[in-house]
Amino acid sequence: MLNRQGRPTQAGEGESQRHETFTGNKALQQIEPLIFEIGHHETTGVDIDKPAPFKSRLGKHARQGEIGLPGLSEPEAMRHYVRLSQKNYGIDTGLFPLGSCTMKHNARLNEKVARLPGFSDVHPLQPVSTVPGALDVMLELARYLMTLTGMPAVALSPKAGAHGEACGMMAIKAAIAAKGEGATRNVVLVPESAHGTNPATAALIGFSVKAVPARPDGTVAVEDVKALLGPDVAAIMLTNPNTCGIFEPQIVEIAAAMHEAGAYFYCDGANFNAIVGKARPGDLGVDAMHINLHKTFSTPHGGGGPGAGPVVLSERLAPYAPVPFIYVEGGKARLVEHKADAPEGNDPFGRMTAFHGQMGMYVRALAYMLSHGADGMKQASEDAVLNANYIRAGLADLMSLPFPDHPSMHEALFDDDWLKGTGVTTLDFAKAMIDEGYHPMTVYFPLVVHGAMLIEPTESESKASLDLFIATLRDLAIAAKGNDKSRFTAAPHHAPMRRLDETRAARQPVLKWEKPAPVKEAAE
Amino acid sequence: MRYLPLTETDREDMLARIGVTDVDALFSDVPNGKLLKEPLDLPRAKGELEVERILGRMSAKNTAAGSVPFFVGAGAYKHHVPATVDHLIQRSEFLTSYTPYQPEIAQGTLQYLFEFQTQVAALTGMEVANASMYDGSTGTAEAVLMAHRVTKRRKAVLSGGLHPHYIQVVETLSEMANDEVVALKPDVRATEDILAAIDDSVSCVVVQSPDVFGNLRDLKPIAEKAHAHGALLIAVFTEVVSLGAVVPPGAQDADIVVGEGQSIGNALNFGGPYVGLFAAKSKYIRQMPGRLCGETVDADGRRGFVLTLSTREQHIRRDKATSNICTNSGLCVLAFTIHMTLLGQAGLTRLAEVNHANAVKLADALSGVKGAEVLNESFFNEFTVKLAKPAAEVAEALAAKGILAGVPVSRLLPGAGLDDLLVVANTEVNTDEDRAAFVAALAEVL
Ligand SMILES: Cc1ncc(COP(=O)(O)O)c(C=O)c1O
Repeated sequence: MLNRQGRPTQAGEGESQRHETFTGNKALQQIEPLIFEIGHHETTGVDIDKPAPFKSRLGKHARQGEIGLPGLSEPEAMRHYVRLSQKNYGIDTGLFPLGSCTMKHNARLNEKVARLPGFSDVHPLQPVSTVPGALDVMLELARYLMTLTGMPAVALSPKAGAHGEACGMMAIKAAIAAKGEGATRNVVLVPESAHGTNPATAALIGFSVKAVPARPDGTVAVEDVKALLGPDVAAIMLTNPNTCGIFEPQIVEIAAAMHEAGAYFYCDGANFNAIVGKARPGDLGVDAMHINLHKTFSTPHGGGGPGAGPVVLSERLAPYAPVPFIYVEGGKARLVEHKADAPEGNDPFGRMTAFHGQMGMYVRALAYMLSHGADGMKQASEDAVLNANYIRAGLADLMSLPFPDHPSMHEALFDDDWLKGTGVTTLDFAKAMIDEGYHPMTVYFPLVVHGAMLIEPTESESKASLDLFIATLRDLAIAAKGNDKSRFTAAPHHAPMRRLDETRAARQPVLKWEKPAPVKEAAE
Repeated sequence: MRYLPLTETDREDMLARIGVTDVDALFSDVPNGKLLKEPLDLPRAKGELEVERILGRMSAKNTAAGSVPFFVGAGAYKHHVPATVDHLIQRSEFLTSYTPYQPEIAQGTLQYLFEFQTQVAALTGMEVANASMYDGSTGTAEAVLMAHRVTKRRKAVLSGGLHPHYIQVVETLSEMANDEVVALKPDVRATEDILAAIDDSVSCVVVQSPDVFGNLRDLKPIAEKAHAHGALLIAVFTEVVSLGAVVPPGAQDADIVVGEGQSIGNALNFGGPYVGLFAAKSKYIRQMPGRLCGETVDADGRRGFVLTLSTREQHIRRDKATSNICTNSGLCVLAFTIHMTLLGQAGLTRLAEVNHANAVKLADALSGVKGAEVLNESFFNEFTVKLAKPAAEVAEALAAKGILAGVPVSRLLPGAGLDDLLVVANTEVNTDEDRAAFVAALAEVL
């Protein structure tokens, strides 16, 4: 037996005063320097043999001098990144109700299959005859997306939602040009509530943007759209369900009005996760809609990406889909990589990206779809909507709902009216949520309500998790109204960092590490 | 369904709390007749085992690069990625977080972005780098737009050595935006007279080195002429490992540098996701696209990091933004920066040396095959071989023999009269046996 003598089993007596640590660390929370401060120029964590002497063919292009980058040995690197990871909040940490972003569970099965060598270790330009399984994945994903949306075509290659928007709007521009109206139709209608990527996309492609006002109930009215229609209008970019979390009740009429005016309906499908298996954009008159595979179909958000933004297209726009795409003829799949190879009747508008798009995301999304099935995807949408409405019901008496007249879809939108006079802002409230162990909701978006708080719980939360979240937000709301201001204005208190000075970062931008100047000798 | 925590009882209780009897009451805004009553015509839910089987079968139909002698490049490269990289990027806190909108609980992401920006700036020899674009091709199109904003001109000149897919991406976006593009003819031997295309109407010149045919190009004279005419030089690379061996574009006075970062840390993935590297001179920073991470302090005065200069971005600037990009290549950035940190300059320099040494060996060996001629004067880890037969046929024949030999130029540029050219890449993963097998098989096929 080991000698346990002298090992106390209780904290010693005396004062229970807290001390600042000598290191600044707080147990599991460690201060981690930059790699440039801990690494060395001669260190490497990768062992590679020096090649036998050979005659260089770099000519006059050989690098002179050092790159100026340190390396870390493997154990140092491991520790560096593990410590960094411990300063991050992810879905696996807790409820992550970031509205519009759909932070649902990321199944590890999807990670596993995406890493199968037949998917991860194949080159986009190796002979097509050696990758039939890759084409299978793309075709199967396309079939699911077309069935779920009720649309006849899909362009898979866009790299994220915004890139999908660009793809859809380019197809619209190409269709307009084909009708000989390219010179005249150059206005795109974008509701005030739209995500910033919508007007940015329209402008990117050379359209000018006209705002559609928001109605007091958070929806877009067909009369307001009609009032803006004319021979100069190319399209509307309408989000559905919209960024206030409401299904646009007049969407069918708006689509019809666009079509009647010779224009197109681009639907921002970032919120498609609310209606998968419940309603099909193809039944609503949509001409083009991107789908964020990283939202609706759960490919991991990865600290900001990568995503994937396939675009489903109507019959009218399908011929303009960009290369590459897969064309099936006589039961055989053909990868069309060049405009000139496009089948009869197709007139691809161009190419969105090198190669074939986000294969790694296609595999993950397909694994999600196969796992859920038609029944599971429908249930997921219903649960997402149920969860959002449950949170709304639990908070509506304390926090203000700008649009109480419509049920919420997958996300519940509050404004900051209820915080008036408390001295607490939406941002303060969000930072106090951090202290309670939650990632804040999306704040200050959409722009159509003051101090927006957009809460999207997703279907991945249990009832117990939602109940605790509601109880916590209620406690916070009562505290905010009860003069407990410093709980909020100085929050977060318990995060790895206190509130960060964003103004200073922008005023004196420091965007990379610079070697500190040598310390000057003390003045003589 | 294993991913859905709610029980039937939960659902009933929750509906009651909300005050409705049926979940469809929450979908009451869906127009009449548009709410689906039946599940769509797709298979029902499946267990893990079944899903793994289905996707496993699809995967098994493909020839993995690691299973054969493999020499395919032209914009995406097979390299060895240390096991540590894939382990770390799958840490939940990295994998399942998002854009660091709440910096106090996203310092992990922000700090690696700051380190990444520093690494990219050092590698390219530039003053600032952003937090990534989708990939090299979309980054190149964004660089052209950025140059248009800086110069207030709208004409780009593209070198004939630029990857044809990149050219098409730039052309597509430019055509849509009514900007002018002058794309020079495919330039197999790096002999084009790009200087002649530069005048006072040009906004930018886009030059890739190593180019798509593997040639290394001298950027300095192009930068000089461009600057003399008020235009910018955009330098592009698709093989970032080359920066361990060649003069970086920053040292040749490039104004914007764009590259594909896939080679470091990221798998081939049949073309995506990849990671676009984007760097520039700091005077152009306010015209840059994409996210930027910057240093600041917290309320206690401790160093921390935040997203910054976001008044350039879509969520603030909307139709006046420098780009529409939102989601970028976060996790691919992490893979890149971890691998780069493991390499350090010592490892990267060595890695580049091995790549070059291997490519030289292969070029020498292929030059000895009757009916094959290496065209490049200079190259890094990739070069172009002129064959006595159409390259696409040769590549197919070699694939049938279990060798993935390279990219026929006709795959990228059909109808350009370059059907006898094969672009061949050789990295640290290729062994002497791989090369011997390639050379022997090629001799048989030709
Ligand atoms: C409503 C809406 N539209 C478009 C986008 C852009 O999508 P992505 O970030 O994938 O480019 C987002 C996501 O941030 C969004 O929430």
